[in-house]
Amino acid sequence: MSEINPIVIFFAAIFTNNMILSNFLGMCSFIAVSSEIKTSLSLGQAVTFVLTFTTLLNWMVYHWLLVPLGLEYLRFIIFIIVIAAFTQLVEMIIDRYFQSLYYALGIFLPLITVNCAILGVSLFMVIRDYTLLQSMAFGVGSGLGWTLAIVTLAGIKQKIKNNPLPKGLEGAGITLIITGIMALAFIGFSGIVQIQ
Amino acid sequence: MASNVKKLAILGMWKDNPVFRQILGICSSLAVTNLMMNSLIMGLGLMFVTAFSSLTVSLIRQFTPKHIRMMVQTFIIAVYVIIVDIFLKAYQPDISAALGPYVGLIITNCIIMGRCEAYAQNNPPHLSFLDGLFMGAGYAVVLLVIAFFRELLGFGSLFGIEILGSWWVDWTLMIMPPGAFFMLGILIWVTKNMFPDTNKDAKATEKGGAKA
Repeated sequence: MSEINPIVIFFAAIFTNNMILSNFLGMCSFIAVSSEIKTSLSLGQAVTFVLTFTTLLNWMVYHWLLVPLGLEYLRFIIFIIVIAAFTQLVEMIIDRYFQSLYYALGIFLPLITVNCAILGVSLFMVIRDYTLLQSMAFGVGSGLGWTLAIVTLAGIKQKIKNNPLPKGLEGAGITLIITGIMALAFIGFSGIVQIQ
Repeated sequence: MASNVKKLAILGMWKDNPVFRQILGICSSLAVTNLMMNSLIMGLGLMFVTAFSSLTVSLIRQFTPKHIRMMVQTFIIAVYVIIVDIFLKAYQPDISAALGPYVGLIITNCIIMGRCEAYAQNNPPHLSFLDGLFMGAGYAVVLLVIAFFRELLGFGSLFGIEILGSWWVDWTLMIMPPGAFFMLGILIWVTKNMFPDTNKDAKATEKGGAKA
């Protein structure tokens, strides 16, 4: 596993192993916050940002602290703490120094702590035994892939907003069907790069 | 007591079913539904975690400071998830490998946190335990229904036992990710149509009326 080029991992994480469309991670906020392109883009940025750094931090904590001490089984708790602490810290920093950024990203940061994609990427990184550089590429790529998926979905949802839908399919139902069609489209990418 | 149990069971398994009615926790619900066996194990794991973390949260609810309760709940959930993970690794190594990171992702499953916050925080331990158990069961049932169709159509088998025979051409799309999205979408559609939520319907007509 560890000889794959980080660039390959980066593109695979965006297209062939997209977090939402092939691993179902981060669905909760995906469905709830995908009604406007602008909001989805901000959320996507926040997710990408947090993903990049938490993946790095978690890699360091896992390989330099948990493995030497033989405490691998504590990784769930440790990862959650790292993610929660990091989002809290970032929220405070951008609130203090980057006010305009705070209005764009700030409200989404608490949401992100419970986003399954963040924890999922860290767990995948451990299971696939990535090196530091590979983990970084994986983190950034996953974040961008997630952004791509949620922005696309928001675009499609805006288009169909005023169209009549079958009864009972409004809301979550149609969102899932659209996501299914998107996933189908993304299968077209498979074979270009392969990391599994 | 008996009527309470019945009420909670109906609420969790049907009326407030976390997946259909509240669209919660579908992250992990979809990834593991390509095989019945995986879904069953995942469902049981989730029932265990939901039930016991609700119980624990409810037991210590008087001693938990209000402003750090989220953190405490997360820790409690994580502890039970670790127990499930270690148990699976020890006794079901194959399934543990197949489920991969999704066992760990039970922690971020909104159902558990939601039940701790909404129910266990204000209710006595035995009721919270049952509430968690039935909410978990509702989730497990949905997983199994989706897995039933996906495995049957995708592999022609159930629990790994061949059902449809050699004439059946495996519908590979069903075991790929899009199949899961379509299946859950259709399931939500069908349940909403067959058993409309009376409260929501009243609201919807009100809204429609106001618009018109």
